[in-house]
Amino acid sequence: MDYAVIESYLPLYKDALALTLKIGWQGIALSLLVGLAGAAILHFKIRILKTITGIYIELFRNTPLLVQLFFLYFALPKIGIKITAQTCGVLGLGLLGGAYMIESFRSGLESIAVIQTESALSLGMTKEQTFIYVILPQAVSISVPGLLANVIFLLKETSVFSTISLMDLMFTAKDLIGMYAKTIECLFLLVVFYLIMLLPVSILGSILERRLRYAGFGD
Amino acid sequence: MQDLGIDVLFKGTNFLRLLQGLWVSVEISLISVVISILLGLLVGILMTFKNPVLRAVLKVYLEIVRIMPQMVLLFIVYFGTTRVFGWDLSAETSAIFVFCFWGTAEMGDLVRGSIKSISKIQFESSFALGMNKIQTYRYVILPQTIRRLIPLSINLITRMIKTTSLVMMIGIVEVLKVAQQIIEANRKASPNAAFGVFAVVFLLYFLVCWPISRLSVYLEKRWAL
Amino acid sequence: MSELLKVKNLHKEFGKNVVLKDINLSVEKGEVVVIIGPSGCGKSTFLRCLNGLEEIQGGVITVDGLPVESGKKEITKLRQKIGMVFQSYELFPHLSVIDNLILAPTKVQKRKKEEVIREATELLDRVGLLDKKDYFPRQLSGGQKQRVAIVRALLMHPEILLFDEVTAALDPEMVHEVLETMLKLAKSGSTMLIVTHEMSFAEAVADRILFFDNGEIVEEAEDVKGFFKEPKTERAKKFLRTFEYDSALYI
Repeated sequence: MDYAVIESYLPLYKDALALTLKIGWQGIALSLLVGLAGAAILHFKIRILKTITGIYIELFRNTPLLVQLFFLYFALPKIGIKITAQTCGVLGLGLLGGAYMIESFRSGLESIAVIQTESALSLGMTKEQTFIYVILPQAVSISVPGLLANVIFLLKETSVFSTISLMDLMFTAKDLIGMYAKTIECLFLLVVFYLIMLLPVSILGSILERRLRYAGFGD
Repeated sequence: MQDLGIDVLFKGTNFLRLLQGLWVSVEISLISVVISILLGLLVGILMTFKNPVLRAVLKVYLEIVRIMPQMVLLFIVYFGTTRVFGWDLSAETSAIFVFCFWGTAEMGDLVRGSIKSISKIQFESSFALGMNKIQTYRYVILPQTIRRLIPLSINLITRMIKTTSLVMMIGIVEVLKVAQQIIEANRKASPNAAFGVFAVVFLLYFLVCWPISRLSVYLEKRWAL
Repeated sequence: MSELLKVKNLHKEFGKNVVLKDINLSVEKGEVVVIIGPSGCGKSTFLRCLNGLEEIQGGVITVDGLPVESGKKEITKLRQKIGMVFQSYELFPHLSVIDNLILAPTKVQKRKKEEVIREATELLDRVGLLDKKDYFPRQLSGGQKQRVAIVRALLMHPEILLFDEVTAALDPEMVHEVLETMLKLAKSGSTMLIVTHEMSFAEAVADRILFFDNGEIVEEAEDVKGFFKEPKTERAKKFLRTFEYDSALYI
């Protein structure tokens, strides 16, 4: 391996990581919002919206992100909806992730016993207050391992952004291999940068999971 | 429907080509799933062993699969290993190798989870009835494990199919690549082809994956213990 | 004395299964009514109907003259007048004791936090749990949790308190501390409706006994001592006898 090459490529990978993280976290934030909203819709069984949410979940869980991105990026402009590659990445990741986040939040919500709701209602709380102050906080902490698994999954999925010309890690590696044929160095840096991005999240995930499983509130 | 570019699909053999492209993805997925399930069963059982070296090795393996994007693995195998070892791997072989590497880990984890979820008392009560170890596995443990595993393995198929969309990145001509070719070829005649063709590709993936994931959900509910 | 709770011709069914038929009851301010009866006789469902947790299929329930109708917006106003304590405590596990206590008064009644905390501290002290103020529910024993749940209901200043078998899930040695708390409440003039299986407690606390069986009030007695000595109906006699056998078994 040629260390001079690695050193000269380093700044390019750093920029790519910054871009990947930027789009990644924006997309994940969006997916959490979509997830919460969707889970609330299903929880309150709001008519029509409930059906739409169901269709959305099935559509986005049963198609690859790559195809979703192609649709957003190449197909939508043809009917007059033009969005930049970055927005596309955020939107694609957010919509894909949202479909998974809804499920995680929902399983958390479903695990809270009905009588907790009843006890909040009997204190005079409205349905909405019960949801916000009593049910949701418990559900979220139960959902944390699932949510973090989704975060890892979504950060991995960012690797397809290169296909819509976003200069992320994958794009940079592919580009450099194509231009200078320093395959080994490029792949080495690619692996290292994905490790830098994902190992901390993965470790955090296992720590939190263990704590939630063995402890609970108040420790 | 000129303006939405759907008409392109009915020109010549375009739609058939698209379906053939889809079949390439499905074929790679099915081959990988079968191999992954078999190897995954083995790896899953190995994961329940207490040997510390084995555990450490498997843990590293799982963690690699957990955090490395499949696309990175594809690049390493297709561009990296061919360069380092000088062998000649076709894109298809590389893809199947990567998806098996990934699928085996996923399946192994599912197998480990299902075995672990069966309580110790189940073993003990079988022994108390005078069964030996093989009988216990044959009549008590495996039937429970398999009922739990089948829906999860079916779910793995849909994830495999979705992930195979990545193989276009190493030059395999699958449905997305065919779609791009069709759009490119009709750029003049039908400038809006991208909408119609990509919408259809989206729908095709959905039509393949959705029934499979419904089946998985159905079996999971039906066989819930 | 003024009438606080009135139930007229209450009818409740789950599908084809009739759980409560034609229940009539009037409870006055300051009265303690104890409901006893075999399991599945409908007494817990009856309590749940009173604060609108169950829909009713016939009859009228009024609290302070206002109708209890589940599903209506006004129900939250009414529920503030009706405190309820559950068998399984149902403290909120993600909140500390003090946060459990102040949640509803501050969010529902919009009272000042400092004022609620002051009152909560006082009440906790009275039930002997002041030192547990910042504990989380899972760090408390069942009896302690149940006392916190009672304080939580009290802080809403309800006009009537419903107790649904609040000692049924407790270990025997903890039953006493909870009953003691309830007895003190009764003496201080609270209006209470209590479903319980503790017969000697029922005898000590009740102004009136209702004996439920098969979804009906079979016997109603103002002479509580008399009821426990010699109930008028055959069914009540039979029910009370099962308790005698129970205690006889353990002697």
